[in-house]
Amino acid sequence: MNRYTVAVLVKNQFGVLNRVTSMFRRRQFNISALTVSETESSELSRITVVFSGEENSKRQLVDQLYKRPDGCSIMVYRDVDWVRCELLLIKMENDSDTRDDIRHAAEAFGAVIVDYSKDYLMFRLTDTSVRIDDFIDLMRDYTILEICRTGSVSLEKGHSTIRQVVNL
Amino acid sequence: MLLSGADILVETLIEQGCDTIFGYPGGQILNVYDSLYTHRDRINHILTAHEQGAAHAADGYARVTGKVGVVMSTSGPGATNLVTGIANAYLDSVPLVAICGNVPTTQIGTDSFQEIDITGVTLPITKHNYFVGSVEDLADTIREAFALARSGRPGPVLIDVPKDVQIAKYEFEPQQCTEAERYSAAKDVRIEEAAKLINDAKRPYIYFGGGVITAGAQAEMLAAADRIDAPLGCSLMGLSAIPTDHPRFLGMQGMHGHYASSMAMHHADLILSLGVRFNDRVTGNRQRFAVGAKIVHIDVDGSELSKTVNAACGLRGDVKATMQKLLLLLEESPKPEWQAEIGKFRLEEESFLDSRSGMTPRNVILTINRHLGADTAVCTDVGQHQMWAAQNLSFRTPRRFVSSGGLGTMGFGFGAAIGAAFGTRERSVLVTGDGSFGMNMNELITAVKYNVPVTVVIMDNGVLGMVRQWQTLFFDKHYSNSVLERSIDYGAFARSFGADGETVSTPEELDAALARSFGRDGPYIIDCKIDKDEFVLPMLPPGGSMDDIITRLEVKK
Repeated sequence: MNRYTVAVLVKNQFGVLNRVTSMFRRRQFNISALTVSETESSELSRITVVFSGEENSKRQLVDQLYKRPDGCSIMVYRDVDWVRCELLLIKMENDSDTRDDIRHAAEAFGAVIVDYSKDYLMFRLTDTSVRIDDFIDLMRDYTILEICRTGSVSLEKGHSTIRQVVNL
Repeated sequence: MLLSGADILVETLIEQGCDTIFGYPGGQILNVYDSLYTHRDRINHILTAHEQGAAHAADGYARVTGKVGVVMSTSGPGATNLVTGIANAYLDSVPLVAICGNVPTTQIGTDSFQEIDITGVTLPITKHNYFVGSVEDLADTIREAFALARSGRPGPVLIDVPKDVQIAKYEFEPQQCTEAERYSAAKDVRIEEAAKLINDAKRPYIYFGGGVITAGAQAEMLAAADRIDAPLGCSLMGLSAIPTDHPRFLGMQGMHGHYASSMAMHHADLILSLGVRFNDRVTGNRQRFAVGAKIVHIDVDGSELSKTVNAACGLRGDVKATMQKLLLLLEESPKPEWQAEIGKFRLEEESFLDSRSGMTPRNVILTINRHLGADTAVCTDVGQHQMWAAQNLSFRTPRRFVSSGGLGTMGFGFGAAIGAAFGTRERSVLVTGDGSFGMNMNELITAVKYNVPVTVVIMDNGVLGMVRQWQTLFFDKHYSNSVLERSIDYGAFARSFGADGETVSTPEELDAALARSFGRDGPYIIDCKIDKDEFVLPMLPPGGSMDDIITRLEVKK
């Protein structure tokens, strides 16, 4: 199984996210993260999909997206030429026995304390999904109260944009 | 000019070349029906007995004409009754525009009377759908829907029009209806790869489907077959694309396909596949499907390439345009050894052929063949009769076989046959079974009301034949709920609706009944008694390959 990140530019219309995710559900694609937001143009939305599967499954997902009348362009990210990141908020139990260990670990990952009280700590971490996974794994040794993460967002490096990618 | 949404809707339909709508009125589409009344000399509306029948009629009309079929219904149950018809058109890539009324925008989302989220319901069974929130968008949405329905790989598009949008007024300017956008040929580099594979092949087989009819690529395909000396076989959807008696044509292949056609495909070293999608009924067990063959696959829909079977070369593009370029690269190469092998398959097939006399399924279809004009559309429902028809019907003109391929919709046929008769403006024939006919026989109301020339041949065996066949073979003859035992007098049924019909029990009686039906106006029902233990053969058992093909069967009664 490989992990793929695909960005799709779609018309910013009512229900477009539903149309795209409905296709994923119907064809049983294994989606691990999905983000959507308006773009530099209010007429377009950008969807970033992270999914796992074999090469032919990726090709099928791209071909199915390509068919959508409300889709504008598609980009499959490859390893070297793109920037990706994800945002994590994590809430930890705060007690004197573990507080220092948690704070040291957080510091090593560059996580920032965004709220603090005598019984809990909240960190914010912006990094790649893999680094965020690692940080969460580390925190599992302590008491995690709650986690919320955004899913990955990505942009290609360089001057070119997804809008210049003529479908595939 | 300032028009109501309802008038804009009808004007845009006319502008898009629509002259026939199949449908059924109701509360939330009343304004459009009022506009249809005003414009009744410019656009024809056919009132069916049920919205499902209307959807199938629009589907049948679209298949025989190649135009976009249009179906209309009210909101709620009217809209949900279209669902099977829309799904049927989706799986067979039929261009269809479905228009539904809905409750006013101010009431949307409140579970109003007869409100249903039909764009949500039809999301996975339409090419695209639209909720028209404002009258300003109405005309352009309809134009876009028509363009989308017929472009590339055709399919159904639904437009949901709330009642206040039908009432609101807006400026309307008629536009010229544009031709469907023609997709370009596949990339040259792919065409060169394909040509190399084809030129290297010793045992090529050309396999075509509905995509060849849509693209109109028959001439290019036949020229390629001559050039590389290949036989041709097709999927159910490919039937009628080329004349059945074409010397290179081996017939439909697959689960119930012609033996020679399936065997040639199984033993080929290259399958040139045009406008097909390698459905499970075509391939059987995919691990054992044509293992020695390289597949060259051309389709306008790129997502069909390597979807179910891996293509050695996949070409995304218009089949006709791609074949035109490919032809230039194909070398003339006679293949006497391959032809000899195919000749052997043909002889073997002949030895399996059902040559019994009397009212056998094959004799029923062969009798029907004698009455078909070059332009007669033959529609079917789904089940054994459909396969017997697909195996034995004879066609001369494309778009004259109308059958529910992908969805397998029992109850499709009668609506489709009515739509086909409107499309061809001549008598259509419906071959059906007593099970399928029972599902939409209410459409006799429509056929009588409009005096539609339809000959209905019911292959009446008193059972759900295909279900029974599987129960016989794989369920220890437990005939669970497949025995109909209805004692319907179909002639009396027809007469009570204002039509006519009769029961026949020999091929000679059938022949005479068909002659009577072709010599008169309006619908005619022929109840054709056949034995309940007839089988569709050959048969690939589920999960099997050509090595497991069943060609003969003695069933103990």
